[in-house]
Amino acid sequence: MSDKVVAELHEPTPAVGDGGPDMIQLLTPEGERLSHPDYDKYVADLTPEDLRSFYRDLVLIRRLDAEGYALQRQGELGLWPSLLGQEAAQVGSGRALKPHDMCFPTYREHGVGFVRGMDPQSSLQLFRGVSQGGWDPKDHNFHLYTIVIGAQTLHATGYAMGVKMDGNVGTGDPDRDTAVICYFGDGASSQGDVNEAFVYAASFDAPVVFFCQNNQWAISEPVSKQTRIPLFQRARGFGFPGMRVDGNDVLATYAVTQHCLDEARNGNGPLLIEAFTYRMGAHTTADDPTKYRVSAEVEQWKFRDPILRLKTYLSHEGWADEAFFTRVDEEADQFAAELRHGCITMDTMPGETMWDHVYAEDHPVMEAERAAFQAYQASFEEAN
Amino acid sequence: MALEKVTLGKSLTSGLRRAMERDPKVVLIGEDIGKLGGVFRITEGLQKDFGEARVIDSPLAESGIVGTAVGLALRGYRPVCEIQFDGFVYPAFDQIVSQVAKLRARSLGAVTMPIVIRIPFGGGIGSPEHHSESPEAYFAHTAGLRVVACSNPEDAHWMIQQAIECDDPVIFFEPKRRYHDRGEYDTAATEAPRGLFEAHIVRPGSDVTMVGYGPVVKTMLESAAAAEADGTSIEVIDLRSLSPLPIDTIVGSVRKTGRLVVVHEASSFLGMASEISAQVTEQCFYDLEAPVIRVNGANIPYPPSRMEEDFLPDLDRILDGVDRALAY
Ligand SMILES: Cc1ncc(C[n+]2csc(CCOP(=O)(O)OP(=O)(O)O)c2C)c(N)n1
Repeated sequence: MSDKVVAELHEPTPAVGDGGPDMIQLLTPEGERLSHPDYDKYVADLTPEDLRSFYRDLVLIRRLDAEGYALQRQGELGLWPSLLGQEAAQVGSGRALKPHDMCFPTYREHGVGFVRGMDPQSSLQLFRGVSQGGWDPKDHNFHLYTIVIGAQTLHATGYAMGVKMDGNVGTGDPDRDTAVICYFGDGASSQGDVNEAFVYAASFDAPVVFFCQNNQWAISEPVSKQTRIPLFQRARGFGFPGMRVDGNDVLATYAVTQHCLDEARNGNGPLLIEAFTYRMGAHTTADDPTKYRVSAEVEQWKFRDPILRLKTYLSHEGWADEAFFTRVDEEADQFAAELRHGCITMDTMPGETMWDHVYAEDHPVMEAERAAFQAYQASFEEAN
Repeated sequence: MALEKVTLGKSLTSGLRRAMERDPKVVLIGEDIGKLGGVFRITEGLQKDFGEARVIDSPLAESGIVGTAVGLALRGYRPVCEIQFDGFVYPAFDQIVSQVAKLRARSLGAVTMPIVIRIPFGGGIGSPEHHSESPEAYFAHTAGLRVVACSNPEDAHWMIQQAIECDDPVIFFEPKRRYHDRGEYDTAATEAPRGLFEAHIVRPGSDVTMVGYGPVVKTMLESAAAAEADGTSIEVIDLRSLSPLPIDTIVGSVRKTGRLVVVHEASSFLGMASEISAQVTEQCFYDLEAPVIRVNGANIPYPPSRMEEDFLPDLDRILDGVDRALAY
């Protein structure tokens, strides 16, 4: 190794930078459209109507998040992992998926679920404590949330291995060729499971796109606690391409994800995308970021807000006017009211249902315990 | 004497602090334990006072936390690992049961593993899945490990220091829903009131023996108080040590009362209560007036938080267990 390489490797990872020269961007924080030789083509067909719908998604998801936060504070949810600041990473990547692509989220991908067509209330169930999951992953090809950090990267890889074994890659038939996308955080990149997923995906050429939302923090630990090189460069060590995209730029995220999904569908997977973004709020409602990070950093990221930048772009191009933006805000109000109503009227299942879905086939212990529970409950009613 | 009312959480912090002051080889390692002081703030302030080399914010990798602790122990350190929540210990399970537990025996005693693995455990805090589990039986089943659980501030303060001083690996369970409970004890004392592997009779009684550990000890005491109002005298034993099992204390009590109720949050099947029941039946067959009664969690995955009340042994279910024991 040359001295220069060694010196570079020993350069500490900057706490939070601007993403560096490798970061793919199509919209600047000021809302200016940059052209990019490789990625323009993925957004060339987008009509102003499409772009307005991107904007709408971003606003509704931010509203969903604000509502989740408020509901937790009012005691309606036990916990809420906020996605504030990560809307563009989620909308851009989620909208690049085809309905038959499969998606494996963490516990924070409320926005991806939303653009996949999932009932937004579904995201609340786990955190309200009425369910440990709450939806059928096949309904929208959106797997259940995974709380154990990194575990889903292996599930995604296995699923992608299955897709390949089924012969659903590289056929040239767009309705058949299938990609898998898997979300995880910068902290997750340290887990053994994630590294094993990389190895499996590479060894089996699995059609999986690993989508790392580098929001710079894993609860209190900065990304420098997890890695000494930019995360997208990790992919190279495992033998597949990695790229960094501006995760606050919905156009670039959409373009880069499309590119990678196409590659995977064509049989050229796996790939790693690092969406360079920022967690604007606390890790979850149980966290207190004032203990470990400086507010100046948050202030700096406010200038990179994903929604504001698309709004500026749309206005400058004359593709949306104040009336449109007001309409979207009104829709968001309506959406929030419905979400709130749905949340507070969500039913808690009766106690005896706890034994219902533990096994697929009859299990004597489940039956005996359920019966004992019912008899015990009934004894209170008799006593009254 | 400096009698003070301290929370269980803070008494763990002061216990860790004393251990670190006493022995420069004691190092803490875990996720978010530095500036944040851990998600439960048990290590609060320790990094500020002992530095980043002794209070190590680990990468987000549990196998790494325990696996590197093995290496640190080989190098003469006494690592204290923090696992953030019970449900996240499983990525480290292989390191714990295959490496930590076995290295001493494999090396014919040449290698010691003075590692403490702290795990906040149990439910009742309204959390999503993986945040409320009781995985103690997995570890108690593995030879080479010692497994303890504290239930009150004074024990927490002393047990953590004793665990750190122990030359064997100790899985140290902390009842997370009791972190904020206060208890009074002599904070100036220089010696532990009891050994780490001894059970403690926290309330004497004559009609029924009741055994449990960790978060349910408080509930057992409440049940005993309620039963006394009805004329039943319950002897409450805080097990404290799950492995080795202080069976003599239980046997002594059962010989006196003739009845035993074992309480824990973990599922009943092959749980601590099963082992206690088997050993007591072997040793006290002619003393028992009734079968050993178990009041435990159901044999299902931990339920969603809005249903956990139905899952956890509460006052009513414990008293129901007492009634069943007395029905013979
Ligand atoms: C195996 C495991 N260890 C610890 C935790 C506790 N925990 C929940 S989220 C989190 C930080 C995750 O950081 P990152 O992967 O960067 O994702 P982010 O939440 O920032 O999007 C931790 C430590 C967990 N859920 N799973």
